[in-house]
Amino acid sequence: MIEFSTQFALVTLAVALLIAVLRLVKGPTLPDRVVAMDLIGVLVVGLIVVLAASTGVRATLDAAIVIALVAFVATVAYGTYVERGHPE
Amino acid sequence: MIDTVIGVMWIVGSAFALLAAVGVLRMPDVFTRMQASTKASTLGVGCLVIGAALLLGDAASAIRLLSIGGFLLLTTPVSAHVIARGSYRAGVPLWDGTVLDERRRDLESAASRT
Repeated sequence: MIEFSTQFALVTLAVALLIAVLRLVKGPTLPDRVVAMDLIGVLVVGLIVVLAASTGVRATLDAAIVIALVAFVATVAYGTYVERGHPE
Repeated sequence: MIDTVIGVMWIVGSAFALLAAVGVLRMPDVFTRMQASTKASTLGVGCLVIGAALLLGDAASAIRLLSIGGFLLLTTPVSAHVIARGSYRAGVPLWDGTVLDERRRDLESAASRT
């Protein structure tokens, strides 16, 4: 059960990352790309968590914390940049 | 028993993460995309974090994982609010099928009153 669910979670998260990258490339306006980048940050945090738990390497959890923090600050910075009137 | 719980948590969490990505790809404008990605990805990563904390099973990892989950629960609504407010004020067009735009209605009624 653990092996199957690990494989399932890794493959599903990889497919989700690919779809989010597709929206990042396609997105007609800048806020679409900001939303896709925020989603990519959250998905990478989930991928790191699953990898750390399945391989037992606990040190990568700190990397997940740092990625979550940096993605939040980047999203807020881009949001204020968009609000000042740069929609493209 | 606990293996079954971990497996169900991971399958449900990754399925919700995939749903968030599909919503971001398929929804028609910025605001619907933003709300699909926010809600579904928060639930998905929350389930993944709970499963990982059960599998690793020591206190230090559990504290780190729960702090990741709590931090995501706190910050994702804030970033979604900032993106939505910024893109509305920058004039990003709404979807053609949008039924209700309360902010524009309030602005127009305030303009007609003065």
